[in-house]
Amino acid sequence: MSIRTLKSVIALAIVAAAAAPALAQVKIGVVTSATGPTSLVGIPQKNTVPLLPTKIGDLTVEYIYRDDASDTTNSVTEVKKLISESNIDALIGPSGSPNAVGVIQFVADAGVPMLAPVGTAAVVLPMTEPKKWVFKTTQNDDIIAKALVGQMVKSKVKTLGMIALNDPYGENWVKVMTDLAAKNDIKIVATERFLRTDTSVTAQSLKVLAAAPDAVLVAAAGGPTVLPETTLVDQGYKGQIYQTHGAALPDFLKLGGKKVDGTILAASLMLVLPEVPDSNPSKKMASDYIAAYEKLNGSKPATFGANVYDAGLLLQKAIPIAAQKAKPGTKEFRAALRDALEQTKELVATQGVYNMTPADHSGFDDRGRELIVVKDGNWKLLK
Amino acid sequence: MNAQIAVLLGQDGISNGAIYALLALSIVLVFTVTRVLLIPQGEFVSYGALTMAAIQAGQPSAIVWLLALLCAGSAAVDVAQVLMRSERAPALRWAFAGKLLYPLVMIGLVYTLPLATLPMALQIALTLALLMPLGPLLYRLVFQPIADAPALVLLIVAIALHVSMVGVGLLVFGPGGASTTPLVDAMVEVGGVRIKGQTLCVIAVALVLIGALYLLSNRTLYGKALRAAAMNRMGARLMGISPVFAGKATFFLAALVGAMSGVLIAPMTAIYYDSGFIISLKGFIGSIIGGLVSYPIAALGAVAVGLIEAFSAFWASTYKEIIVFTLIIPVLLWLSLTSRRVEEDEA
Repeated sequence: MSIRTLKSVIALAIVAAAAAPALAQVKIGVVTSATGPTSLVGIPQKNTVPLLPTKIGDLTVEYIYRDDASDTTNSVTEVKKLISESNIDALIGPSGSPNAVGVIQFVADAGVPMLAPVGTAAVVLPMTEPKKWVFKTTQNDDIIAKALVGQMVKSKVKTLGMIALNDPYGENWVKVMTDLAAKNDIKIVATERFLRTDTSVTAQSLKVLAAAPDAVLVAAAGGPTVLPETTLVDQGYKGQIYQTHGAALPDFLKLGGKKVDGTILAASLMLVLPEVPDSNPSKKMASDYIAAYEKLNGSKPATFGANVYDAGLLLQKAIPIAAQKAKPGTKEFRAALRDALEQTKELVATQGVYNMTPADHSGFDDRGRELIVVKDGNWKLLK
Repeated sequence: MNAQIAVLLGQDGISNGAIYALLALSIVLVFTVTRVLLIPQGEFVSYGALTMAAIQAGQPSAIVWLLALLCAGSAAVDVAQVLMRSERAPALRWAFAGKLLYPLVMIGLVYTLPLATLPMALQIALTLALLMPLGPLLYRLVFQPIADAPALVLLIVAIALHVSMVGVGLLVFGPGGASTTPLVDAMVEVGGVRIKGQTLCVIAVALVLIGALYLLSNRTLYGKALRAAAMNRMGARLMGISPVFAGKATFFLAALVGAMSGVLIAPMTAIYYDSGFIISLKGFIGSIIGGLVSYPIAALGAVAVGLIEAFSAFWASTYKEIIVFTLIIPVLLWLSLTSRRVEEDEA
């Protein structure tokens, strides 16, 4: 090219370099599913990234965001790229349970701590060598299940039917409920599976109806939580229907309408924030988060966004501790960060209070869930 | 399993099967005339369902902007061809004026009408009016330039179009699902068995559409022209039947059938921007059973798929999808063993 073009290219390059932001010291990779089937979960998570802390103590923090389109292969590719090219110190994500399970081996090999806002407990339980690098910012299924089973025992439920999604989320729920039901003298009389893409679950609900259980648990997440419940109601089921925290979405109320009135579920306090007593430490955290999210995006966040916000809070506490042991960007820093995350005690977050231990990388206790009932198209605390 | 459960399952299977039959018929129609395997057929279904839901919620659906964009693109391509003095340039007359005016009329209607309070028939008419033109527009922009390409190229382009339409669906409709109010809110008692009014409505509309397609292809000149183009492309061209017209007409019918199926299926369950694909895939199995040639066998095959799906969901719900999709294997084996090889007419 001519001298003139060469000069203008060099000038542009200098301007671009001068305008480049100061190098961030700590790099956090964020991978969510903003497109694809899991986008209902991934979009509020993506919108929470601007609310995460960009300055922790003396260190600046940069968040590198990637969308994996709900595809597990993409998740692995993006995480590998973030680890090798961007040299991230920690990873927040992926949004989907199968995506997170697929990535564990790679973050463990590279020694990068991962904070996974996913539903399945399989990412942290049972604890193995690779899973030592994974922390879960959602309530474990067994905490929710214990709350639900406690309510069932109180209501004198003796037989239970289950309709579960035919994927890792549903599988884990069937496993957890089978254990808990056996311990509490409840017999599971029917277990049916269905797919997210099913247009009708008539056959499955007929089978459950034929077994005539006292209560039915629907173990699904997102929109598919509505179909089995409305089908059961249409076919005349009169018993109590329970849902998991996967139904804790505004979509559940919108799609279910009158038919889901009276459903009982256990989920995060964010759904019933006005009714939670002020003495609950998480109430203020959650209200602040909701206000900040609403100011930025114009709509209220789903609880999935709060899981990413909690990851930010965990990192905010752990990074200064790790920075004292090593420089950001090094392998030692990441190992120290993992140790610091594991030592988190009594961290008040939007979903509850975290207490991590080497065996329990989810850290929730009973303060992390509330029993909620659907009344008149709204979430209400179950008294 | 007693008689009552069998009847309920049969009812469910037949109403799903009716939708699959409609989709199977449109896939066979499009394939025989244009040799395009219409993978994006499912997207018309989900667009139809979500547009209807948006109209019922009173929101002016953003799909009207997609329509406007495609009309503008098609008009621009026409103008470019005239300016380049290409011999394929169409005369810029009424059709061109229509391409410019129709989206403006639609935008006006969508933003000024009280959408949520319209009678249901008008809401359905508006949904169809928004989505039916997408068929011929997509044919004009995507498939007409490659109309003579081998069938494999057309299939790959169809898959690419499907992927882009899913992405556009996410952009236009958002990630949330939606369902609509039932077309008919009644329960009918026939001999002690309760049948939902919605099921009867679905079957009735499916039969009407199938009957209309049959009458169209056998009793009208245009329909016979389409059949001729399906049987032998070169021969039809020699007889003065424009392959472009044939392509646009079949895509128009495919969009009509797809959008109507979407409207029918929306009250039954929540439809997401990506749920159309698996519905059309089951219709595709029906059309494979018909050998991608025969309409009645494709329709019966699709209804059989619906019934098998319902009954296998009852007996072995974990393996339902496996059973339904494994059906293709024996059908393909049987078809390949019994049919004679015919040289493909590269017209």
